[in-house]
Amino acid sequence: MTARPRIAVHKFSSCDGCQLAFLNAGEDLLTLDRLVDMVHFAEAGPVDEAAQVDIAFVEGSISTQADAERIRRVRERSGFLVTLGACATAGGLQALRNLADGAGWLAGVYAQPEYIDSLATATPIREHVRVDFELWGCPVNARQVLATVRALLFGVRPVADHQKVCMECKRRQAVCVLVTGRRPCLGPVTSSGCGALCPRFGRDCYGCFGPSESPNTDALGRRFEGLGLTPESIARRFLFINSHAEAFAEAGHKWMGKHDEKA
Amino acid sequence: MTKKREVRIRVPLLTRVEGEGALDIAIRAGRIEQLHLRIFEPPRLFEKFLQGRGYQEVPDMVARICGICPVAYQMSAVQALERVFDVDPGDHIRAWRRLFYCGEWMQSHSLHIHLLAAPDFLGFDSVTAMAKRYPDEVRRGLRLQALGNDIIRLLGGRSVHPVGACAGGFHRLPAPDESCELLARLQAARDDAEALLAWTARLPLPDDDQDFVSVALRHPHEYPMNGGRLVSSAGLDIAIEDYPQHFTEFQVPWSTALHAGLHGEPYLVGPLARLNLNLDRLPRPVRQALDATGIDFPSRNLFHSIVARAAEILLALHDAIAILEQPPAHAPAAAAVSPRAGTGFGCTEAPRGILWHRYEVDAAGLIVEADIVPPTSQNQARIEQDLRQSLQHFGLDHDEQALRRRAETVIRNYDPCISCATHFLRLAVERR
Ligand code: SF4
Repeated sequence: MTARPRIAVHKFSSCDGCQLAFLNAGEDLLTLDRLVDMVHFAEAGPVDEAAQVDIAFVEGSISTQADAERIRRVRERSGFLVTLGACATAGGLQALRNLADGAGWLAGVYAQPEYIDSLATATPIREHVRVDFELWGCPVNARQVLATVRALLFGVRPVADHQKVCMECKRRQAVCVLVTGRRPCLGPVTSSGCGALCPRFGRDCYGCFGPSESPNTDALGRRFEGLGLTPESIARRFLFINSHAEAFAEAGHKWMGKHDEKA
Repeated sequence: MTKKREVRIRVPLLTRVEGEGALDIAIRAGRIEQLHLRIFEPPRLFEKFLQGRGYQEVPDMVARICGICPVAYQMSAVQALERVFDVDPGDHIRAWRRLFYCGEWMQSHSLHIHLLAAPDFLGFDSVTAMAKRYPDEVRRGLRLQALGNDIIRLLGGRSVHPVGACAGGFHRLPAPDESCELLARLQAARDDAEALLAWTARLPLPDDDQDFVSVALRHPHEYPMNGGRLVSSAGLDIAIEDYPQHFTEFQVPWSTALHAGLHGEPYLVGPLARLNLNLDRLPRPVRQALDATGIDFPSRNLFHSIVARAAEILLALHDAIAILEQPPAHAPAAAAVSPRAGTGFGCTEAPRGILWHRYEVDAAGLIVEADIVPPTSQNQARIEQDLRQSLQHFGLDHDEQALRRRAETVIRNYDPCISCATHFLRLAVERR
């Protein structure tokens, strides 16, 4: 790495919420500017998409042909590529379009398709190019983002943490909303990273940080059934922010199948 | 000499805006022949995803339309759902929601003023470059932005996609000691907000008098945020559910975001429109600070938007302090909701202007159909109209660089949120 590492932040299909980890960083944003050379970050000002960089942060999922080509170019020019959040890492909420029954409704949506370059799917960066490190979360946890930057500046490989939200609840002594509140909480199968925010607000986790290590989605789905949820609403729990993440997609489809059997 | 000149201005990727857009202008023989604000960000089809979802999932889903104004999406949505279910959350929830929204206005407006817009007027490419010359001003802005985020966190746990809001109220209300601590910090920020307003008014803003129609909410006694009727500077005064009778949306080939018209004409939404139409709703200290700038409002100079934003930061801070000084009841956190079939409308003032929602819900509380009109789609036609007028006024014989710079300044002045704007394609066409 050169003396001042060159950094880029690229945006694909997203809400821009993960980039805010930088734009909301306050004083840290000014410090970062002294430590690195921010060569491409359109929302903050600098634009040089073609520049060779040491670290590239990528927000958003791929949902057009043009973007599928752009991410390949980004990869070629980037030393270390980090995905920033659920969209880039697992497709994000817009990956729900991948569940639609084929081209059916998409064809309808694009009544004037000549205007719009769009694929039938919204897919994570990993399905297009090699990714060096993935940050989950919708949005990413700003502290994790800055810690990742810091680690990389020191030439250290950042570490991922996929402990369950449940662990975080225990640490923070939050009352279990599943046991006590009988709410369909995804905490037992979701990575922490939010600080067990939803349980601490007395509500069920909805899976922002994606599947945890060894997620027992089967047992949890049955637990939800025991709470009186229909197969369809159990499927909806898994198919939300991270519907394209493997463990959640699998569980979601399974319950969707049970729903179809009944229907 | 300029008569035969042909100029093409292409900005392939607009910077310092939220989302992805471009600008194409063709000038021939001293006339603008073509001008397109090209929005190519792919649509994310939220209205489709909402179909078949439970009403409880709506606030979490619509938040993801925009990372900068998730509160606005949640507030318009819960308002609409509560109307379907005929739920009155009570005055204390209305007060907490206003506080929540004040946080978002402060955060979003400070971000726009300092990180996106002011560098234009002072000749910088980014806030970090500007911070070298104006360190105190930038830090003051970052402090106000952080304070806005802290307000959102108080009620929502985190500032991007907060988790607190639900139909009926909140999942949890802050404990008294949490809000006390924040109150002290808000009170200490008054000077910052006042100084910011005065500073924006002293910026070297271009003078560009234009004729345009402003549209905003108007509330019987508050500066509008979470309710009111829809009014315009041309005399419109309607209930929010009558929006579709007066406003139309249409697709243009160069944008993945629908354009909108009021009786077929472009119109302005956002801070300047709001301020122009609601000056008499400003609390006295805010009005006095605004008058002290020496700028005459209502203003026809769109570049006064940055001053309007600063005035709204001061207003939001003022209201947030007032709410926390007499804290609303801490319980119940939410009114009981029992779903029933029906249609409901919600319209609130997002930082960038009116955000209109309509939901059709079935008896089980599942969404049958959703319709969302974000502010930036509404402003697109006005931005193009403004560009034509202001570039003409600026002088088309300027060199390309100067024209391009001016055009970008005009666009950024609207604080377009392209991510929001492109999340919607009307899906009516798909029903077979
Ligand atoms: S992961 Fe969530 S917060 Fe991040 S860009 Fe995508 S929608 Fe926005």
